[in-house]
Amino acid sequence: MASITLDNVVKTYPDGFTAVRGVDLDIADGEFVILVGPSGCGKSTLLRMIVGLEDITEGELRIGDEVVNDKAPRDRNLAMVFQNYALYPHLTVYENIAFPLRLNKGEFTDTEIDERVRNASALLELDEHLERKPANLSGGQRQRVAMGRAIVRNAQAFLFDEPLSNLDAKLRGQMRTEIARLQRNLGTTTVYVTHDQTEAMTLGDRVAVLRRGELQQVASPRGLYEQPTNLFVAGFIGSPPMNFLPAKVEGDSLRLPTFEVPMDDRLKRAVGDRDVLIVGVRPDAFEDTDIMQETKEGLTFEVEVDVTEWLGEVLYAYVPFEASSEVNKQLEELDRDLDGESMRPQLVVALDATSQVRAGDVAELWLSPDSLYVFDPETGENLTRDEATAEKLEEEARDQRARALERAKQRREKARTQEGSAA
Amino acid sequence: MGMSTRGKVGWLIATLLVLVWSLFPVFSILMTSFKTQDGLFSGTLLPPEWTFENYAEILAPGGSAQDLFLPALRNSIGISLISTFIAVVLATFCAYAIARLDFRGKKLILTSALAVSVFPVVSIVTPLFNLWRSVGLYDTWAGLIIPYLSLTLPISIWTLSAFFRQIPWELEQAAQVDGATPFVAFRKAVVPLAAPGVFTSAIIAFFIAWNDFVYGISLTSTTAARPVPAALSFFTGASQFEEPTGAISAAAIVVTVPVVVVVLIFQRRIVSGLTQGAVKG
Repeated sequence: MASITLDNVVKTYPDGFTAVRGVDLDIADGEFVILVGPSGCGKSTLLRMIVGLEDITEGELRIGDEVVNDKAPRDRNLAMVFQNYALYPHLTVYENIAFPLRLNKGEFTDTEIDERVRNASALLELDEHLERKPANLSGGQRQRVAMGRAIVRNAQAFLFDEPLSNLDAKLRGQMRTEIARLQRNLGTTTVYVTHDQTEAMTLGDRVAVLRRGELQQVASPRGLYEQPTNLFVAGFIGSPPMNFLPAKVEGDSLRLPTFEVPMDDRLKRAVGDRDVLIVGVRPDAFEDTDIMQETKEGLTFEVEVDVTEWLGEVLYAYVPFEASSEVNKQLEELDRDLDGESMRPQLVVALDATSQVRAGDVAELWLSPDSLYVFDPETGENLTRDEATAEKLEEEARDQRARALERAKQRREKARTQEGSAA
Repeated sequence: MGMSTRGKVGWLIATLLVLVWSLFPVFSILMTSFKTQDGLFSGTLLPPEWTFENYAEILAPGGSAQDLFLPALRNSIGISLISTFIAVVLATFCAYAIARLDFRGKKLILTSALAVSVFPVVSIVTPLFNLWRSVGLYDTWAGLIIPYLSLTLPISIWTLSAFFRQIPWELEQAAQVDGATPFVAFRKAVVPLAAPGVFTSAIIAFFIAWNDFVYGISLTSTTAARPVPAALSFFTGASQFEEPTGAISAAAIVVTVPVVVVVLIFQRRIVSGLTQGAVKG
């Protein structure tokens, strides 16, 4: 097990396309880091550079304290799970898992190999499938075999390249928790590439958001959600995504398409002397005043609801708005970057499932100005980001992580002593 | 497979028709090979009188066509095997490079391979005849193996590169990450999967060489290199009034047997879909 350090890593393909533009990333020993971003952001390229399947054009990659830029994949002692699983179809499940061990001739005896394969298969509940060929397995089973092949040797780190994207939604959820459990138990440094932000948010200790080959922000899931550094991260993290509204400063208030916000100190500081801004607001920041338990301080305003979607635990209401403003170009570009194809500007509002608001209604909504984000329309920078709060969130995440690792270590030791006393 | 009973019956009838269509001539020749000299003109499908004298004529010591047929058989087997082997080995490397690497002239190799394979054989056989005579390759094994390669290599390159393309590249990369050198990855992850493709193209290449007539008759003059298809045309009857039909039929059956044996041996290896299960499914 080891740390992985990327120091200004650049990837330029022979045709001149630069897929990764100077990424700095420190992955601590035992940490679970997610590389996430829309398609074409360079996340898979970055992973393949770490494992050695792509050359590093510039910069330095260190595993532990060792620079490994010029090392072949086999000398880096990393284990990788591929998107397509890449199982050897001519070998049984047993031999697939044993494959990495057999390659290192002489390092393991047959009994050692057998023991390790059986350990891995027990961990992944593959015992009854050991003699089958990959072709006869279900998608989830193949996925587990691929993971078995990764954990069977003591690799310095696990690398996952969108491992769940070929599974159906239900299985994906199950495997996601399986991977999380496995990583916690083994405590192995893990880098995980995905375009699915649910996977990113649920699995990672830290999440690195990439856009067009550039690192946007590296933070804990909560840090990304609550204190995004810019428009892109704010729009990428969260589902349904954050609403972005064009805003104009009018005296002491911000004029938005559907409502007006009187600026408090926080907003005034963020706005500065700009007069056009982009305001972001999470769908769940809104509440339906009809079913609010108590009156809270904040804004109330009426909107015309176009469509509603009732999902049992939440009600989504869609509120179209006119968007004739200077920031439209910015928002359209952002939409393209996020792989979006929004047809018309609309506000997505997540209300309590008991809300009676339905399509065509005029609803009165409540919103706290504290939940608004303000972005610079030119740079996309989050003007309301609070560094102190962000740092506190990271600290909390680090503490939680340390506690989880400590617990896993204790469990492992406990299991070992029990095994010892049983034998 | 959700095929209706009617569909199954339809397929069965179609299959039977094709089988009869393609196997009836073989059966007819087989029967002819058992006919006596007189029986050849009986006009019946089955021989009125069964005999092995045609086989004796080409195989047994002292048979009239034996000294023509047996060396030809040896030549055919040797030349076909060697040209198949060379073609498959070269084509494997070539096709692997075409499937995996991105290099200039890749398209050129494929198109020129295709061009060579569609080039009419008769148009180059006369120049070859003159060339071979002056460089001393006329009537030698090498003199046939080289032109056979021009027929077997292109088809092998095409079938194999199509085959290699089906093998997910991730398999090799996975093997490399697992600790294999590129060559070990090729040997342990690609070769086992490519085996059916290699056997398929080997069989196709073997048949092309085995069946050739034009080069065989034009570039040889003696039993030193003359292959079976060419040798058959030199069969004569016991006298000039006798047709060698029986002996030719027997020889045709004898040269069909190795082909059938080869296919039966490798039938199991030519199972498609071996790569199934390597990737998502």
